Amino acid sequence: MAQYDVIIIGAGHNGLVTAAYLAQAGRRVLVLEKRDTVGGAAVSEEIFPGFKISSVADGCGYLSAKVRRELKLDARVETVPSDVVAFCPQPDGTQLTIWRDTQRTAEEIARFSKADAEEYPKFVELMSRIADVVGGLMEMTPPDLPEISLRDLLNGAALLGPVRRLGRKRIPDLLRILPMPSADLLNEFFEADAVRGAIGASSVLNITWGPQENGTAYTLLSSWAQSGTGLFRSAGVVKGGMGALTGALADAARGFGAEIRTGASVSEVIVADERATGVRLSSGEEHTAAAVVSNADPRTTFYELLEPHYFDTLFVRQVENIKYRGSAARIHLALSALPEFTALAGGDATAQLSGPIQIAPSLDYVQKAFDCTKYGEYSRYPYLDLLIPTLSDPSLAPAGQHILSITAKYAPYELDAGDWSAHKQSFADVVIDTLAEYAPNIRDVITDRHVLTPPDLESLYGLPEGNPNHGEMTLEQFFHMRPIPSCARYRTPIAGMYICGAGAHPGGGVTGIPGHNAAREILKDSK
Amino acid sequence: MTQNYDAIIVGGGHNGLTCAAYLARAGRKVLVLEQRHVLGGAAVSEEIYPGFTYSVCSYVVSLLRPEVIRELELAKYGLKIHPNDSVFVPMENGDSFTSYADETKARREFGRFSQRDAEMASRFHEVMYKMAFAVKPIIGYVPPNIIKPSLRDLGTLKDLGKHMRGLGKETFHELCKIMVMSADDFLGEYFETDVIRAVHGMSGIIGTMLGVRSPGTAYVLLHHYMGELDGAFTAWGAQQGGTGGVSEAIAGSARNHGAEIRVSAPVAQVIVKNGSAVGVALENGDEFYADTIVSGCDPKVTFRKLVEEKDLPADLVRSIDKFKYRGSSGKVNLALDGLPHFPSLKDPSVLKGAIDICPSVRYIEKAYDDAKYGGFSKRPAMEVVIPSVVDPTMAPQGKHMMSIFVQYAAYDMSEYGNRDQQREAFGNAVIDTLSEFAPNIKDLILHKQVLTPWDLEQQIGLTEGNIFQGELTLDQLFFLRPAAGWADYRTPIRGYWQCGSGTHPGGGITAGPGRLAAREILGGKL
Amino acid sequence: MLKPTPFHSRTGPLCQGHSWANWAGFLAATTYEPDHLHEYNAVRTGSGLFDVSPLFKYDIRGRDALATVNRVAVRDLSKSRIGQVYYSVWCDDKGMVIDDGTISQLGEDHFRITAAIPTLAWLQDNAIGLEVTIEDVSEQFAGVALQGPTSRDMLQSLTDVDLSSLRFFRCTDGKVAGAPALISRTGYTGDLGYEIFVGPDDAESLWDAMMEAGGKFQMLPAGLATLDLVRIEGGLLGIDADFTSALQTMFPVQKLSVYDLGLGWMIKANKSFFVGRDALRREKASGSRYDTVGLELDVTVLEKVYAEYGMPLHLPYTSWNSAVPVFSDEPQKHHIGRGTSGMWSPVLKKYIVMARVKPEYAKLGNLIWIEDVVESHSYSIPARVVKMPFYDPPWKKA
Repeated sequence: MAQYDVIIIGAGHNGLVTAAYLAQAGRRVLVLEKRDTVGGAAVSEEIFPGFKISSVADGCGYLSAKVRRELKLDARVETVPSDVVAFCPQPDGTQLTIWRDTQRTAEEIARFSKADAEEYPKFVELMSRIADVVGGLMEMTPPDLPEISLRDLLNGAALLGPVRRLGRKRIPDLLRILPMPSADLLNEFFEADAVRGAIGASSVLNITWGPQENGTAYTLLSSWAQSGTGLFRSAGVVKGGMGALTGALADAARGFGAEIRTGASVSEVIVADERATGVRLSSGEEHTAAAVVSNADPRTTFYELLEPHYFDTLFVRQVENIKYRGSAARIHLALSALPEFTALAGGDATAQLSGPIQIAPSLDYVQKAFDCTKYGEYSRYPYLDLLIPTLSDPSLAPAGQHILSITAKYAPYELDAGDWSAHKQSFADVVIDTLAEYAPNIRDVITDRHVLTPPDLESLYGLPEGNPNHGEMTLEQFFHMRPIPSCARYRTPIAGMYICGAGAHPGGGVTGIPGHNAAREILKDSK
Repeated sequence: MTQNYDAIIVGGGHNGLTCAAYLARAGRKVLVLEQRHVLGGAAVSEEIYPGFTYSVCSYVVSLLRPEVIRELELAKYGLKIHPNDSVFVPMENGDSFTSYADETKARREFGRFSQRDAEMASRFHEVMYKMAFAVKPIIGYVPPNIIKPSLRDLGTLKDLGKHMRGLGKETFHELCKIMVMSADDFLGEYFETDVIRAVHGMSGIIGTMLGVRSPGTAYVLLHHYMGELDGAFTAWGAQQGGTGGVSEAIAGSARNHGAEIRVSAPVAQVIVKNGSAVGVALENGDEFYADTIVSGCDPKVTFRKLVEEKDLPADLVRSIDKFKYRGSSGKVNLALDGLPHFPSLKDPSVLKGAIDICPSVRYIEKAYDDAKYGGFSKRPAMEVVIPSVVDPTMAPQGKHMMSIFVQYAAYDMSEYGNRDQQREAFGNAVIDTLSEFAPNIKDLILHKQVLTPWDLEQQIGLTEGNIFQGELTLDQLFFLRPAAGWADYRTPIRGYWQCGSGTHPGGGITAGPGRLAAREILGGKL
Repeated sequence: MLKPTPFHSRTGPLCQGHSWANWAGFLAATTYEPDHLHEYNAVRTGSGLFDVSPLFKYDIRGRDALATVNRVAVRDLSKSRIGQVYYSVWCDDKGMVIDDGTISQLGEDHFRITAAIPTLAWLQDNAIGLEVTIEDVSEQFAGVALQGPTSRDMLQSLTDVDLSSLRFFRCTDGKVAGAPALISRTGYTGDLGYEIFVGPDDAESLWDAMMEAGGKFQMLPAGLATLDLVRIEGGLLGIDADFTSALQTMFPVQKLSVYDLGLGWMIKANKSFFVGRDALRREKASGSRYDTVGLELDVTVLEKVYAEYGMPLHLPYTSWNSAVPVFSDEPQKHHIGRGTSGMWSPVLKKYIVMARVKPEYAKLGNLIWIEDVVESHSYSIPARVVKMPFYDPPWKKA
């Protein structure tokens, strides 16, 4: 008899969600985490003394409402919502703020274009409806296309509601929009660059492409479906940083009886008679289980935890062909005071600054930022996504001081000019220079800075090529194709071996859905 | 002047002519009205410079549906293709790569760069063949109406589902990928050598304002492979006497079945009475009447120029206005005093084939980035053919006609001044770039014809100069081409039909839209 | 277009009829003398010397070298030792045969694969994630096959290696005619024989030494026409004759599994994973489309057919490699497979055919009918299923 029902390799948020669900269902669960803290890419770290920083992920609002509810997380962690969904300073010193409230946003938009202001509510309505359908897809276990089983049809029934609400006449819109570039989609509705940039930028926040590329309308929709704001992105801060969120997940899992060990690096999955039967730690220690689940990315899972020669040629070729391609750097700044944005001069800036801040004045700007990555260069005028979490949770920094966390795009994994280490600080300078055009005092208030390039994200957080999503969120790596067709249902060709990370459907972002879906499939198999 | 016909075709492009030929063959009294003085639309030959025949726009034939060739007996009416069996790519380092149809030559040449790629070439062909095979039935379907599916539409969808399941998982998954990936990513799963990826990638961008690394271009690549399924492998070539000969062959077939074809007869509008099309009015005021009016023009002309907005539902107008054209290519045709000299050329026989100026993936991508915000590529990607090498009718003895297809050229070139200045600057960029690879080219030029996307729009009537009458992107294919609910060649105006490349299965000299439209008009039987 | 092999300066002048064939992009002599019969007789009674340089050769080295070859090969190589050679096929994920060849263990973490078709990409794809390097060494070695009953004695006269201790399907390093060589007791003739690989610079001197020594051992240089005859007699499959590589045809109907080719014996039930294993397991359970068998035609019937036209019996003295329909009944109502290679065997005095038939007809002794066309008329010639190899002399493995 095995020691455990399930061993989960990796205590990233998805691994913890899977652990919590399985433990909740009465399974004996062991979670093994290589690092000294749980959370994976959703962690709070004291990068500067006295500052608690969400080093990689900081989009807390994406965690699925279902997961939150079913694992009773609200009792364990507090999130501070923000009324501002995106504060977008413009190069001409004006600004556009997207509020949760549609009417209020429309009034803002009217300053740029009356026509756009009129279109905005219609756009939000259409996108929300389509996003509901996409959201339904996300919580599904993808069918084994082109085959569709009875069970798939039953699962698919969950889509009927959202599709009905969308309306038959708009089904073509759904099909037409999904593979489109977000830029084309936004051009159909809006004429003002600022508006297009404000909404469209988040379509590429998590992928390598620019907004003119096909498939980015889908990423916009998937962000929309998970944001919790009813809009294209989430807004809000976890008290205590992202680590508090994964800490809460770990507590929930423990509360259900799961055992979690940190500092326990798994060197391999033990396979006997073509079945995963346990794991071996790098210490040599072994644990047996009826099922093993990997929260690691697919390449790590199949090349390192398992032996690649277990798999047929198509399988290894498909794994080899998974596109990872990190494209962003994370830059954290310790600030002695708040940045003063020209666009907010003379008023109370706190409201706008407590939500996400976007430097993406137009989609051409973002696209041009992207263009250089094709030639192995970082952007000279980067697209920036900023968050000052200390405005929502002052406890994250010493009194009166602030954290500014930046996702800076684009920063390709490989630079033509050579090793990133030689260019890391100059890219950070470019980022700060860009920021200074909007908030001129920024250089004066920076007391410390920390730069994580894609190779840093890879080496420090185990994110291959620095992609936090364990593989690009593109259409060819979506749904029944994610991470590769034969593993899209969370199972692998090795019996008893599962995947639950962001490499699986529906992919990255701190949604917990891959973990949730994987747990569901594991429970189905072990009934 | 009035005359009555059963059907009037607006536009004597190859699809309009195809539709006309099928309708005439079925016994209908057909009139084709072409605005220009020559037939063919973008598939046209003209003697622009004395003694030289230019394939003004389209310059190779590879996608022409075999059933059209058969049913319209095109060989009898002059269809004659000189096979094109190599693509020569001069490189920036003085070397070159040639893609040969001949297997031994191909393996040797691939192997010069990568043994692996030489082996992968046959695997790649296999995959493309399977993909083309997987897509082939779709080419023959009338796209279903997915808003209000009819019984037939449901049948089509059911057939389609059955077909997809029949493909097997491996092929189906590969198909899913090719529909959405970039050409270069897709090729990168097979080939490691940059120039090999570049030359294959060219097929993914022809006629498309996208780079080889833009998602969606793998499908365009497949679109260009479609011709290979039915003919011999890599069956493409140049029509004897220029591409206009294809149109003339179709016209010949149409005439033989009794169709009447008029050139220099620009249609001003379709006459609509009580929601039905009853005839057309020419710009000179002449009117012709028929119960069936078919437009071979692109969706913008068909819906927004030839008929009035009040006759169309608002939904459709919105969709048509959203339809994307974005011409991406221009054309330069040269009359040459002799053959150009490519220093990197070792095998002179490759001048019979295509010469692709696409020395690297980066080169093509740069060309794209140069033009995607407007203007044109400073160093464009080009496909050059010299049909006179194999076809003596194209140019006087010892002289040559060179056709240069150029990517990228945006519709908006306003940064270069007025239209004449734009054309001049664009032409110069092309010749300058070409002379990097063939230094003597400038000394050979007897005459030069330069066509920007705007010129293509003005002369041929292609909106924004898009050679496919609308981009071939996923959001504009099959039941979405040109608009959901109206992809079955019908329009909301009774008796008014569409048959151009802006309908399924899209652009290229396929004659597919013309044939399918005729079949629908004839009630499902040709 | 075709390339000369490293022996070309020697084989060129010997090739009297200038009858060259394309073997993997190289010039390969079909026959040296205008007629191949002397060459054939040399292989069966003395020795034949074949230039086998065009074979593709790949070196696999590194920690996972064994894991790589054992993953690719259908046969179980887990017990391989240095100096051991395996004959194996390899197949795709669906169990469809890609190629056959030998896999020799040359060192602790060093294997060499010979193949008929280019296989680099396939090996690379199967080494994904493994610690191994794969190198195409095809043109780093020139190779000859010395095959026939006198081959051991003859080769012994050129080397210090004790050939009496080199067993069937073993290989060893050694000097041949002064040149460092790999000597492998393998071949494609179904006879006693050796394959000798040397660096291309030593090719000409090796050939000269062989030719010089050969006189005493009834040795003749032999070409592809002979090779095809002796390999059929030896019951050895020919690519593009008896099967098409699964990598070189895009049509599933033309791909053939390990079982279809009668090579099920290579599959060991308890072998750990290899490419195609799962599909082959399923095939074993559900049955194969075909089996590959030897046929012996009843030439008396054929003789009567020729007699109808007033002609004497005509037999194929050179091999044929084409798909010939095979039936379970004389009226040709039930098609059951195809003959793939056939010949009149001078040494056996029999008309033998390799055929692929539905498994239920593959039993030894079974009577079936094969089509033959005489004066453009189709006839059914009765044939018996017989054991392969057709020719299996005791000295082959001794």
